Amino acid sequence: MTAVSGATPTRTLIVWCPDWPIAAWCREMGAGALSSEGSTIALVERGEVFACSLPARAAGVRRGLRVREAQSRCSELIVEAYDPAVDARAFEPIILALEEVVPGIQVLRAGMCAIRAQGPSRYYGGEQSAGELLIDTLARFGIHDARIGIADGIFAAEQAARVPGTEMVRVVPAGRSAEFLAGLPVELLGRAELNPLLHQLGVHTLAQFAALDPVSVRDRFGEDGAFCHRLAAGLDGRDVTARVPPPQLDCRVEFETPLDRVDQVAFGFRQTAERFVATIAEARLVATAIRVEVHTDDGRRTGRTWLHPRWFTASDVLDRVRWQLQGGHGIDAGLAAPVVSVSVSPESVDRALNHEDGLWGGGPDESIHHGFSRVQSMLGHEGVVTAVLTGGRLLSSRSVLVPWGDLPPGGEKELARRRQLPWPGSVPGPLPSTVFEAPVPVLVRDAGGRLVDVDGRGILTGEPVVFAAGIGERSGGSGEHPVRSWSGPWPLSERWWEDGARSINRFQLVDALGRAWLLILAEHEWWAEALYD
Amino acid sequence: MSPAVASSGSAAEKVAELQARIRGMQRTRVDSHGLPTAPEIASLLGGPLRAGSAYSVPDSVALATAMMAAPSAAGVWCAVVGMPSFGVEAAAAAGVDLERLVFVPDPGDQWLTVTAAVADVVGVVVAVPPARVAPAEVSRLGARLRGKGSTLIALGDWPQSEATLRVSGSEWVGLDAGSGHLQARRVTVTVNARAGAGRPRSASLFLPDADGRLRRAERVPAAWQSPASVPLREQSPAAVPQREPQPLQQPEPHEPQVAPLRALVS
Repeated sequence: MTAVSGATPTRTLIVWCPDWPIAAWCREMGAGALSSEGSTIALVERGEVFACSLPARAAGVRRGLRVREAQSRCSELIVEAYDPAVDARAFEPIILALEEVVPGIQVLRAGMCAIRAQGPSRYYGGEQSAGELLIDTLARFGIHDARIGIADGIFAAEQAARVPGTEMVRVVPAGRSAEFLAGLPVELLGRAELNPLLHQLGVHTLAQFAALDPVSVRDRFGEDGAFCHRLAAGLDGRDVTARVPPPQLDCRVEFETPLDRVDQVAFGFRQTAERFVATIAEARLVATAIRVEVHTDDGRRTGRTWLHPRWFTASDVLDRVRWQLQGGHGIDAGLAAPVVSVSVSPESVDRALNHEDGLWGGGPDESIHHGFSRVQSMLGHEGVVTAVLTGGRLLSSRSVLVPWGDLPPGGEKELARRRQLPWPGSVPGPLPSTVFEAPVPVLVRDAGGRLVDVDGRGILTGEPVVFAAGIGERSGGSGEHPVRSWSGPWPLSERWWEDGARSINRFQLVDALGRAWLLILAEHEWWAEALYD
Repeated sequence: MSPAVASSGSAAEKVAELQARIRGMQRTRVDSHGLPTAPEIASLLGGPLRAGSAYSVPDSVALATAMMAAPSAAGVWCAVVGMPSFGVEAAAAAGVDLERLVFVPDPGDQWLTVTAAVADVVGVVVAVPPARVAPAEVSRLGARLRGKGSTLIALGDWPQSEATLRVSGSEWVGLDAGSGHLQARRVTVTVNARAGAGRPRSASLFLPDADGRLRRAERVPAAWQSPASVPLREQSPAAVPQREPQPLQQPEPHEPQVAPLRALVS
């Protein structure tokens, strides 16, 4: 409990940016994208609206609404997933800007922060003018709808900031916070389990709640109830605990002349990468995940988070920047647009202590990682992969290749869950040792030389007699061969409930060379899915 | 390999024994230790897979996988270079630990550099060599392998290989004209050791057996000979993991398989 009983409430200034998740999302999308004032946007979490823009709210979208309901109220609603990391990331530069004006900021959550009012008001000549200065600071960041509330205690100041209206700065005079809070409903305490009880007791406003006997409130509602009771009475004992500004670990390099070649950018970034790792090392930390952001000439920004199985060295950082820029192209490939600046920030750090090498070097896995990293810097990030088994009907979809050092897409758990599913129609018996990335066209003919097919009732039009594949040079076997034995058709319907639906027939076939094939007959065409060699 | 063994025998045996001695003396490296090897492979090679050597397996991915399985299960890191269509699931069934298996699906035109870099750090590399490799490159990679003590299994002809393992006479069990499903394959694996190192050895193996593993096929389990019990699974504790009978999409899975089985056994 953060309450300090008996303490007089601290004079507090609250800066509140309404609908911050929406504003943060628009910022993340970059300039030229949608604006929070003009578009109907909703961010959803677990199928419910988490935040929505002003026009969306005007159209009837509310927080907590199911997505489908929200879309029915507002047909042009843009629905996106909510990501708390985006909120925090977008708020960080704003806190830094505010800290230049007033020191000692406590971030309550992304979009809202608290400042002790006493210092700024004395320095800037009054609470009102201090608030206006902060509003101006925020306006420079393009935040025009921020609100500032100044009152005794964090709770009262927050409520002051939230009062509807057009004025930007609301000041509740000192000592009159209880009076200000008196008429407000008890829901503002934000305790969902308390609200119905209080209403049953005939307590509807904060003043009525504050009028209850503190001892009875504690008996009935416990410590948390007592805390709420003090909030309602305007006796918010929480002090503003200013954050310690974290050391600046992210590094950025700007190119005077925008560069349009990957190797130029990589060269220009080399020193910055070394500085980045050195700064982190000075703080006795190591970065285990970094975020690389690239700004291009055409005003776009691409960001990606890179993980590392151990921790990043300068050359690892440089590799990630290069891979992000080339995106599968060669090292000397041109870029879509010239690069203006590259910034890299640590996404997760760990104590360097936990990553120190032993006296005689690290374990064997370390050398393995170095070896594969070398190959990766030769061939690109996707050049070295590991395989994870998952579920699927076709053999090629039953394993997922994960770049060395990355996490599998969807997570280890999801893949394991898919592996456990029944997957009707899976191939019985031992599995083929060669599974073609993409099916290879083959021919299967009957005794009359016609292509074997399956009719609408799933009956074969003829017995497979001749088999021809254009591959298998290793076994010396392209050309036509008699079929030795075969089995099928085993029908398999995939995704019959959606557009990508297809119905295929599987066959196993052994040709005269003794090679066993897993074949697919789809849309009257034969393909080899896999080879048992 | 004691010289005193040559008490009896013809000239041919004498020659073979002397050749074996020469081969033993050529391997002068002190730490040329053997890798954990499946007994079926070891008996064919006349010893375990040797660290720092190259083996050539020109025509069977399954055999290369089976050779990799025992070292992998024993904790050796393995890599597969230049095989985008490697059957991952089959490898897992054969006993390869996917946690310690790394793929370089497309080394492009840097095959030698990539293979050498990978061989520096892992114990076993399975790789498809390009159609033409210069002899100098073969020697360089060979030296690199010896230096680092890693084993190359080349899926193709490799000039300086310790032994070449070929698969011949594939006989599939379980598939008939229009029914059944593939259950196991009986093959003859022939090993040609490097020139002058003895006669070729060969053995009849199941590759794969019903569990996707490698198994000796000299003695057919008695259970197989009775038509009543068809499932190709030995009732021994070695046959782990026991796979559940799978739901088949075929009319009668058991009946028609009897005929080919008997043909094999007799």
